[in-house]
Amino acid sequence: MVLVLIEHDDGAAIDTTLEAATIARDVAAQEDEPLEAVGFGTVPGDVADELGEYGVDTVFAVTHDGLTDYAPVAWAKSVRELIDDREPSAVIAPGTDRGGETFAHLGAIADLPLAANVIEVDVGGDEGYELTRQRWGGSLLEDARIDAEPNLLTIVPHEVTAEPATEAGEATLESYTPELADEDFIVQVDRREESDTEGVPIDQARVVVGGGRGVGSAEDFDQLEELADLLNGAVGSSRAAVNEGWRPHDDQIGQTGNKIAPELYIPAGISGAVQHWVGCKGSENVLAINTDPEAAIIGKADYAVIADLHEVVPEINRILKEKHR
Amino acid sequence: MNTLACIKRVPETGAKIVLTDDNQAIDTTSLGFTISPHEECGVEEAVQLAEETGGTATVLTLGSPEADEQLRTGIAMGADEAIHLETDGEQWGPRATASAIAEGIEAADESFDLLFFGNESADQENYQVGVRVAHTLGLPIVTGIKNVEIDGDTVVAEREISGGTEVFELPIPAVLTVKEGLNSPRYPSMRSKMQARRAEVATATPERSEANDVEMIELETPERDDSPAEVLGEGPEAAEDVVAVLEELEVI
Ligand SMILES: Cc1cc2nc3c(=O)[nH]c(=O)nc-3n(C[C@H](O)[C@H](O)[C@H](O)COP(=O)(O)OP(=O)(O)OC[C@H]3O[C@@H](n4cnc5c(N)ncnc54)[C@H](O)[C@@H]3O)c2cc1C
Ligand SMILES: Cc1cc2nc3c(=O)[nH]c(=O)nc-3n(C[C@H](O)[C@H](O)[C@H](O)COP(=O)(O)OP(=O)(O)OC[C@H]3O[C@@H](n4cnc5c(N)ncnc54)[C@H](O)[C@@H]3O)c2cc1C
Repeated sequence: MVLVLIEHDDGAAIDTTLEAATIARDVAAQEDEPLEAVGFGTVPGDVADELGEYGVDTVFAVTHDGLTDYAPVAWAKSVRELIDDREPSAVIAPGTDRGGETFAHLGAIADLPLAANVIEVDVGGDEGYELTRQRWGGSLLEDARIDAEPNLLTIVPHEVTAEPATEAGEATLESYTPELADEDFIVQVDRREESDTEGVPIDQARVVVGGGRGVGSAEDFDQLEELADLLNGAVGSSRAAVNEGWRPHDDQIGQTGNKIAPELYIPAGISGAVQHWVGCKGSENVLAINTDPEAAIIGKADYAVIADLHEVVPEINRILKEKHR
Repeated sequence: MNTLACIKRVPETGAKIVLTDDNQAIDTTSLGFTISPHEECGVEEAVQLAEETGGTATVLTLGSPEADEQLRTGIAMGADEAIHLETDGEQWGPRATASAIAEGIEAADESFDLLFFGNESADQENYQVGVRVAHTLGLPIVTGIKNVEIDGDTVVAEREISGGTEVFELPIPAVLTVKEGLNSPRYPSMRSKMQARRAEVATATPERSEANDVEMIELETPERDDSPAEVLGEGPEAAEDVVAVLEELEVI
């Protein structure tokens, strides 16, 4: 069988879990084996039903007295025990913070290789699975091979489309209690704190206005702030603007910052380095403002304005304000 | 408190990644080299904690002789010691990398209270070297950290989640993998760069373990739509056309 790690929130499987389940179902079909799932805490019936639609036969809900919150080693050891019991040929997780961390532990504890950031799997012949995995934030693909028992894979979030099975089935829910030691809970979430930032979070905004080195100073971001306000959006920035001290790192878009997917992204004074682009390539539309018609961002955007942002942005704001009246 | 930061030499790619003819590597002939922004923050945190507590900060890399450049950047940023686990530049998988780094740490003169890794390397993104090292050394680890505080024998580490943070408390010694945003890494001064050139670097030549690892077949650059943008206009006069597009896209 093939085993998929699931995460759920508010009585529903999270979208990255359904993406991982879609790939896992494909692997199971290629192996001609059933698909099973493992989740933590009380797995609601609705989640099991949803997973049934994605082709999962059995959902193991791991419960243990010590498991009061997320604990990566305890999660990994539980999956390890389930592997020993069920002998899957592949174990697949969403490449989220938790999925990725749990699987790194699992690889270390079970002494197995782990292929991270996978987007495609061909179970192939005797020489193991052939995979495609992302590198450099998705600007490079690697074809790789993994051949272990079982093969451990994590799936890049938001790259594959979640699709229910053509024939919806029903998943049975089984509770599973692993044997865990106190030391497995040394690392466990101790508490949560809410952030106090105002406005639309950048990863949820419909419109994001991005500013780069071309903005020139912290004060000059005021014009971009105004544009974002007029569009009910959020302001983001390149790493260069963060390094200059003009914006906090929380605003950074890119490989080592936020990944955004708004309806419209407006990069102004940003050149379009790959490390920036990988953070905004999920945008439906990109409208670039740059003085340089040769800038890489112009080749990547849908719309472009060749202009000094200090001249054109205030003008756009003026027209928008007139319309608001 | 003695600290360690593990760093990895990676090419500083620009607007487009170019591959070598055999598709086995990035063509680096015209590229400079750097370390991941995550790792820069790891070095900064290691240096700050050592400075505050009167301990030493060490930077460690596994890589070709050229990776000496990145160690010296670490020294210029304030690290006191540097360890170079030298390879012939051949490419090691995450398991072999982790086992060599763990051995290098055990063999070091210093013993470390906090060990910093990047959450993922810039080029490979395997998300696992730090975790594997921690297990080999028998130390607790938490990944993806953006805030670190020391409270006696405990390190309080925060990870961002949607709308807030998750807080972990780990007994020291511990391993943390960190993300950019943890701090603002310093720019080394000219003087500290000059001094770093003369600093001593401890070197060792590890054996490559033959553990079963993920094996690369080849690299490819993803296809993408390179059709040029529709140019709406030049100069401030283009504002009207921009607003027309905003209306068309129904974002106002
Ligand atoms: C491992 C690694 C990770 C990285 N992660 C990130 C990341 O997460 N996010 C990120 O953004 N970068 C990241 N970078 C850095 C990235 O490579 C670039 O250096 C950075 O994105 C450049 O920022 P920029 O476009 O603002 O600056 P520049 O490249 O300097 O571009 C400035 C642009 O502004 C234009 N301009 C100048 N004046 C004006 C004006 N008045 N009006 C209009 N346009 C003007 C110029 O024509 C130019 O195109 C990373 C780098 C590495 C090596
Ligand atoms: C077949 C094959 C092909 C390869 N091809 C390439 C290639 O084309 N180009 C290339 O650059 N590498 C290549 N490698 C190298 C190799 O994959 C990585 O260095 C190794 O797998 C570590 O993975 P990572 O850096 O992604 O680890 P991650 O787990 O993503 O790294 C996390 C952190 O671990 C630390 N770390 C990782 N590596 C080192 C190191 N060497 N020294 C010190 N600290 C480190 C850093 O703090 C880093 O931020 C190849 C390996 C194999 C097996």
